[in-house]
Amino acid sequence: MEKVRKSPKEKKVRKPKWTKNDSELTALALPTTVWYVLFCFLPMFGLVIAFKNYKIAGGRSFIYNVIHSDWSGFKNFEFLIKSNDLFVILRNTILYNLAFIVLGMIFSVGLAIMISLLHSKRKSKVYQTLMFFPYFMSWVVAAYFLDAFLNQDNGLINSMLRDGGGEGIQWYMKAGVWPAILIFMYLWKSTGYNMVIYLSSISGIDTTLYEAAVMDGANKKQQVRYITLPCLKNVIIMMFILNVGKVFYSDFGLFFQLSQGASGSIFNTTATIDTFVYNAIQSSTPIGMTSAATFFQSVACCITILVANAIVKKIDADSAII
Amino acid sequence: MKKNRQKEAAEVSKLNRISVKTDVCFNIIFIILALICIIPVVFVFMISISSEKSIQMNGYRFIPEKFSIDSYAFLLREGKMILSSLGISVMVTVIGTVLGVMLTTMMGYVISRRNYKMQNFFTMVVFIPMIFNGGMLSSYVVNTQFMHLKNSIWALILPLCVSSFNVVICKTFFKTNIPESVIESAQIDGASQFTIFGKIALPLSKPMMATIALFLTFGYWNDWFQSSLYITDKKLYSLQALLDSIQRSIDVMANNPSLGVTMTQYINSMPKEGARMAMAILIIIPIACSYPFFQKYFISGLTVGAVKG
Repeated sequence: MEKVRKSPKEKKVRKPKWTKNDSELTALALPTTVWYVLFCFLPMFGLVIAFKNYKIAGGRSFIYNVIHSDWSGFKNFEFLIKSNDLFVILRNTILYNLAFIVLGMIFSVGLAIMISLLHSKRKSKVYQTLMFFPYFMSWVVAAYFLDAFLNQDNGLINSMLRDGGGEGIQWYMKAGVWPAILIFMYLWKSTGYNMVIYLSSISGIDTTLYEAAVMDGANKKQQVRYITLPCLKNVIIMMFILNVGKVFYSDFGLFFQLSQGASGSIFNTTATIDTFVYNAIQSSTPIGMTSAATFFQSVACCITILVANAIVKKIDADSAII
Repeated sequence: MKKNRQKEAAEVSKLNRISVKTDVCFNIIFIILALICIIPVVFVFMISISSEKSIQMNGYRFIPEKFSIDSYAFLLREGKMILSSLGISVMVTVIGTVLGVMLTTMMGYVISRRNYKMQNFFTMVVFIPMIFNGGMLSSYVVNTQFMHLKNSIWALILPLCVSSFNVVICKTFFKTNIPESVIESAQIDGASQFTIFGKIALPLSKPMMATIALFLTFGYWNDWFQSSLYITDKKLYSLQALLDSIQRSIDVMANNPSLGVTMTQYINSMPKEGARMAMAILIIIPIACSYPFFQKYFISGLTVGAVKG
């Protein structure tokens, strides 16, 4: 049983010895590492096609194709910049994300505080559960919900307009209303869930703080202002910065499913980088311009995450992810 | 003593409450919000049991003029397609969850080991994809042209089965919940790392595995994106993909005209609107019935994940 591995004479190397232990752990890590190589690192390598005139030679593997395609420098990027789409998709992606971050934060923090103040804990549990529900719906299902209200022929809102003597509105062609719809649906799906996260940090606040405040004659409003919010400050800042790190990504399903394709006359207000790329994949547009867009997205995202993380580190070293 | 303190605290908190008036206001606000979250489902359900005629006459209504279960009867008649996509959904979810939990815990265990020489290397392997990734197009090109996953069921399973976020949850759990001394004593007894992982680490981390399995299960069950990218073969549609495809037109589901009826006649006679909504309800039901029980594991998983990796 005690065949000890540490016989000191085995291959004295300068580095610490490679033991059986290490080989076993490496073997354990191998399958997942293969997965990471195939599904994460190869696509990273694939990003170089943004700088290539990517052509598929029949019967050759992907890597061969990438290596043997001609370099095209920044031509793909030039195309992208010249097409007017870049400005629109970039603006939409960033502005929507900022709206989501700010409104999402206000709503979920506010509601979390409110729900923590309710007298009946049972009711508060029921509300939480009900409000958590949309989080578990996929965007496809959410698109059905939205369609039930906005459908041009049968939707509830149009039927009601017609009943009132008005005329139905073609919601899916009306660009101006989509920012409001998308923001509403985002809040609908995510608020319950975010609220519960904040609620769990509220319940972690030391109750003696409140007791002391009562002794000092603070009312409930003052307690929220001077105890609850300051205690939540770190979580709020952290969530804020982590979300800011993702401003170049959009929740694809939200934009694509709800707007039923993010194209046509509502392109201007519903298209984001991700829907743009997806539509390009589905249609057989040349890969060049799209690859430039994804390259830009990946790099911009990486930079924002690193910057956001650096700021988190300044504020609270323990919360940083790197 | 302890009881006294608790009692005192309870009394203080009873005194220190918002006024009844505010409480009522807050309750009303939350009732409205809860209704906003739930009403779409009720509405879609009501549409699914309206008769096609009253939909054509009045549009979707909360209380239809005439009820009918034609839509569900239609889905039953076309049950073959639904059953096959249900089969795909279940298969993808089960295989994906099992595979995902295995790959995730293995990696999590390895990077949680302190005296392991490659620990830094594998931590980087997990970590880099968190800040940098190839994006949709690049993954699509690799998956279709390098791994040839187009129209393969693996296209639905593999890309989603590991996420660095889950691996980090796993690593944190192993680090904080499995005492180093237990592992060391097992090593002294001659146990290999495989034995330690399988016989000690995993059995001690069931709650964490449950959380990760739950994340994966919901992820797979709700996924339509992989299907829309990689699957064009109707036989490989999952439920969500089927729902996605009938959003444009439910005609794809018309396969079984009864004798003496042409396909066009059959398609025209279908309860089109109602059947689409009935399909949505069928997909919602399993989740709506189960999520209240799982909710707390979701939250615990999220708060674990928030701990620094």
